[in-house]
Amino acid sequence: MAFRSAVVTFPGSNCDRDMAVALEQVSGTAPKRVWHGDAELPEGLDFVALPGGFSYGDYLRSGSMAANSPIMRSVKRAAERGVPVLGVCNGFQVLAEAGLLPGALMRNAQITFVCRDATLRVENAQSLFTSGYEAGQEIVIPVAHHDGNYFADDETLDRLEGEGRVAFRYLENCNGSARDIAGVLNAAGNVLGMMPHPERAIDPAHGGTDGRALFESAVRSLVDA
Amino acid sequence: MKVRIFVRLKPGVLDPQGRAVHHALEGLGFDGVDDVRIGRMVEMDVADDTSDEALDKMCAQLLANTVIEDYRIEKVD
Repeated sequence: MAFRSAVVTFPGSNCDRDMAVALEQVSGTAPKRVWHGDAELPEGLDFVALPGGFSYGDYLRSGSMAANSPIMRSVKRAAERGVPVLGVCNGFQVLAEAGLLPGALMRNAQITFVCRDATLRVENAQSLFTSGYEAGQEIVIPVAHHDGNYFADDETLDRLEGEGRVAFRYLENCNGSARDIAGVLNAAGNVLGMMPHPERAIDPAHGGTDGRALFESAVRSLVDA
Repeated sequence: MKVRIFVRLKPGVLDPQGRAVHHALEGLGFDGVDDVRIGRMVEMDVADDTSDEALDKMCAQLLANTVIEDYRIEKVD
């Protein structure tokens, strides 16, 4: 069964190609490419990815303009129907700004852009994005961002932790994120936002392949469903 | 009608930018600055009959992220 995915490109996205390559390499099927101004996602999708980059030049707040672009209405409807939606880096910022995930991504606490490999601990290995990992497994995934400092109030953070919605944590906090959070899930578990870039760790030539299991998990969840 | 929207980080939310500017002010020799926080001011020309409710919605839906920011609406004339 073909894995029908789509990668959304906003003006200023710059990891959309990497995301498309990752999805094609892992699933065997090239994703559809969707432009931010499109009114609708293609029908019958199994997976939607919002890539990294600097959509709309990070105007106003990172992700805030993209969150209000035409295609996001369709992405929201897909998410509500249960279609898996992955937002990486700027994609995570867009999902938070769009209200599909709680919290906000603020300027890194140390102010500087951070670009390096980050070691993450897999906190939830039950989700459709993370079932290919072991709970507590440590994986190395690159980070590259300026606004990755995850913020939510304590009540929200307690709820996320209590409901197992923290997908990944940094072993060494690289941006000031509350409770070392690197990735969070929505309540239904079909929307994941994360600052690290799994699509940059799927081929040995990348220097590591720890991101591959994330895409494999999503593909397998479709086959099992 | 000219309207100014003042957006600022909520109390208690860390403002690394403000902290860096605070540090720079100290470096320039300005003493007695206890804290610096950076916000954003959005100035808009809007139709005179724009309702307060509409202005509030503009702030809540786009101009401010109410997870981390507060806003204040000021009508200039």
